[in-house]
Amino acid sequence: MSELTLERGLAAFRAEIDAPTAAFFSSCVHCGVCAQSCPFYLETGDPKYTPILKLEPLRLIWEAEFTLWGRIKGLLGLQEKVTDAMLAEWEELLYDSCSMCGRCSMVCPVGNDLAYMIRKSREGMVQAGHAPEGLINASIRAVTTGSPMGLQWKTLAVQIKHVEASTGLEVPVDKTGAEYLVMLSSMEVINFPEYLEAITKIFDHAGVTWTLSTQCFEATNAGIQIGNKDIAAQLVERVVAAAETLKVSKVISPECGHAFTAIRWEGPNLIGRPYPFRVFHIVEVLDELRATGRIQTEGKEDDRLSMHDPCNLARKSGVIQQQRNLIDLVAEDFVDMNEHGRFQWCCGAGGGVSSNERAEELKMAAFKRKKAQIEEVAPERMVTMCATCRTQLEEGLEEYNMDIPVIGLTEMIADHLVEKPRAAAEHDAEA
Amino acid sequence: MANLKTPDKTLGEGLREIGLSRRGFLKFCAATASMMALPPNLVPAIAAALEQARRPSVIWLSFQECTGCTESLTRSHSPSVENLILDLVSLDYHHTLQAAAGEAAEEARLQAMEANRGQYLVIVDGSIPGPDANPGYSTVAGHSNYDILMETVEHAAAVIAVGTCAAFGGLPQAKPNPTGAMSVMDLVHDKPVINVSGCPPIPMVITGVLAHYLTFGRLPELDAYRRPMAFYGQSIHDRCYRRPFYDKGLFAESFDDAGAKLGWCLYRLGCKGPTTYNACATMRWNSGTSWPVESGHPCLGCSEPGFWDDAGFYEPVSVPIGVTSKTLIEGAAVGAVAGAGIAALARKAKKEAVANRQPVTIDELEQKL
Amino acid sequence: MSGAMGFLLWVKGPMFNIALAIFAIGLIARLVEIFLLGRAPNYAEPRAGEWGPGLRTMLSRTIADPGTFKRAPFNVVVGWVWHIGFLIALLLFIPHIELFKGVLGLYWPGLPNPVVDLVTAVTLITLLATLVHRLWHPVKRRISTTEDYLVWTIVFMVVLTGYLAYHRLVEPYPLALGMHILSAELMLIMLPFTKLTHIFTAFIARWYNGAAFGRKGVQS
Repeated sequence: MSELTLERGLAAFRAEIDAPTAAFFSSCVHCGVCAQSCPFYLETGDPKYTPILKLEPLRLIWEAEFTLWGRIKGLLGLQEKVTDAMLAEWEELLYDSCSMCGRCSMVCPVGNDLAYMIRKSREGMVQAGHAPEGLINASIRAVTTGSPMGLQWKTLAVQIKHVEASTGLEVPVDKTGAEYLVMLSSMEVINFPEYLEAITKIFDHAGVTWTLSTQCFEATNAGIQIGNKDIAAQLVERVVAAAETLKVSKVISPECGHAFTAIRWEGPNLIGRPYPFRVFHIVEVLDELRATGRIQTEGKEDDRLSMHDPCNLARKSGVIQQQRNLIDLVAEDFVDMNEHGRFQWCCGAGGGVSSNERAEELKMAAFKRKKAQIEEVAPERMVTMCATCRTQLEEGLEEYNMDIPVIGLTEMIADHLVEKPRAAAEHDAEA
Repeated sequence: MANLKTPDKTLGEGLREIGLSRRGFLKFCAATASMMALPPNLVPAIAAALEQARRPSVIWLSFQECTGCTESLTRSHSPSVENLILDLVSLDYHHTLQAAAGEAAEEARLQAMEANRGQYLVIVDGSIPGPDANPGYSTVAGHSNYDILMETVEHAAAVIAVGTCAAFGGLPQAKPNPTGAMSVMDLVHDKPVINVSGCPPIPMVITGVLAHYLTFGRLPELDAYRRPMAFYGQSIHDRCYRRPFYDKGLFAESFDDAGAKLGWCLYRLGCKGPTTYNACATMRWNSGTSWPVESGHPCLGCSEPGFWDDAGFYEPVSVPIGVTSKTLIEGAAVGAVAGAGIAALARKAKKEAVANRQPVTIDELEQKL
Repeated sequence: MSGAMGFLLWVKGPMFNIALAIFAIGLIARLVEIFLLGRAPNYAEPRAGEWGPGLRTMLSRTIADPGTFKRAPFNVVVGWVWHIGFLIALLLFIPHIELFKGVLGLYWPGLPNPVVDLVTAVTLITLLATLVHRLWHPVKRRISTTEDYLVWTIVFMVVLTGYLAYHRLVEPYPLALGMHILSAELMLIMLPFTKLTHIFTAFIARWYNGAAFGRKGVQS
């Protein structure tokens, strides 16, 4: 039976090295500025969490095999080698203490895209058998059950019934030819069922045709988080197959950060071909509906609101203005955090950290950076658009006894839809 | 000159013989002291020493040279300190100046050597084809320069290499050095050698060295190139009257621009003043009339070793020698090949890694739990 | 010929050629190594082009974002001062311009010597400060390698010997100038094989960074 070995790991590291990686490693001057952008370093003060240090295994392989000087050093026996022990030591650095938030990639003075290389390094780590248990379990569940949390369609079906009962609207399932295929995340289904209800209302209000797919409802991708393209590609193929079966032209990624980057940016490259459909985050779709006048809202929230930008959505996908347009629609007293958008701070749970149980302490430490940011603007409630971020914010705020509820943006929009057209329609029907 | 002077006459006697007053003599001593940067209270001591000094026998050997050094020494327009000294050493042999010719001349040399064994001074101008070179490049009376030099210095008290050719090889030694020219100090290792470099050297420097030797009976303090510190201790740049312009960053950029007319620094026109050690800036030439930089021309660095091979006369000091962008282009070409080689190796390894890639399976992951 | 002048002529002549050749070989090899690796094709639908954002990031990363400036003011300020000081001394000192003119045929106006002198003094002080910072800051100390200290030493030596030569504090001058030129040559030789390559590759790295983010609609 085949097994994961150091040799396979080294080959995977090697296969990941490309021109940008070589340019990045060539340029690092060890200035340490990346540490100043990393919540894991800043909140623990431990210099081993300096982002560039986390990339040492990849760097060593680049130097040894991809540079003239490394080759010369190799001939002289001076080149350090990557060992199994080293990778074991680096497992914590590459997984537990990195949410791949990409903030370091934004501040590195020489322009190194460190998050890009962390993602690459994880490919090597998985092949070498050095991935955290929590992520291995999530990956196995995702592949075998279709959901990293082991959620089945039947659970979702129950929820669909609830939504239909409470809204009086139909939740379309397996409707061929709909405009949008709506994907969900298990965490949302379990923790935030309001989301499904919200989009049901909004799409009905805006007259959008959409559908869920029984073939595949899970948008998240454990393969991306653990950092393995084989698993990641399998999971993406399921989404593509579902979209192709239902002949939709657009796929909507849910309020989840990594699911969006997985389907939107990595997906086509994982399966090696462009999609026959387009991919949007729910926030992009809502903003488009707003801009074209298809969403009419009434009333505004009057408490002080602030917003957490999910890294995967804002910094790593360029969705920054859309959520602000939407919140302006429904909030009177919205205040942005001092560093937001592309320079926002990670909640600490992304990049698989939340699925990696042993990283709990680090995850909570990293949250302190977000907490400080929240304290600065002192909102009464927080708004976000990623189930993982939302869970982390809720847990973190509770841990520090801060009474600040967290809500999803989609729900908030749904709460302010103008009821009239629908009421009128019903009235018409009754008449 | 061909008449041998009796070597036992003192310098004081000689000077009085040609009618130099006591007052004139003291003036000469004061000039010597100041020239050599000695304190004025040493003047009486210098006078006393010179009074009593025996006029040394001097043998002047000319090898691969242009006679410019001799010209420099003898072409002063007014009676000068250097003339006085030259008249008063016993110049027993000098091709250009002596009346005797042929065998008589050579005989004079041998006689002086015999008579002043261990006491005489040898002055050399011109470089010497070395022992391994074809001796035919330069001979006197059928003897190679090398043989004459070695024979003459054998019983000399000291050797003074006058001019850059004798001191450092000079023009004959410039690349590719066809005659295998060498300097005196390259060849003479067992006698004191003093270098009085320059092309030509300042006349007063030659006489100053002689005066010092006569006064103190020993050689003056020398720098790393065996040049007297008194004359070669400071660079042209440090004593240049145009130095304030350098310090302000005001440079002439061509020989006829406004900067040149205003007397700005000549660095950018190739002045070698910064790397050249000589007394031109303080003693000047032609009885103190002027010196090259004052006349608007950059210093050529003529008193330094290798000055013919130190870039061009009009290349600034900071410009590398014989380096062009060709080096960069050729290096780049080699680098492109080397880089392509490394990249090819890396790409091959990468391709193999991709081709032999085993997809990660759930079973494999489960083993790790 | 030996001695100081012989040394100067050697560093100005053969050694300069050797250094320049190694520099050219190493640098081009490094650039070829990078570019021949290429990038995998990207099938994801782009939000924007790569070139514009890439070129913008090449320049924009020179300025730190306000947050980074607040958290790492020393890195930003001292880093800036010494880089600019070094560049001014390298590119605007008139003897250096003559060197570029002599080797490359390109030239430009320079600064008065006293200005360059002052800048050089500031550069020396800030370079010393970077060393102290590297030894003192926990992150920098943790990530520093022998190479970092070696590179610091050679860069410092280049500036220091230049300062000593300009002020003629070492006699004879040909020795001072020769040591300065030799230091610069050692730096040229080390450049392609150490982090000094960032002088060139940082702009490539920034382009890739800007292009990757720009493609996704973010100006990095």
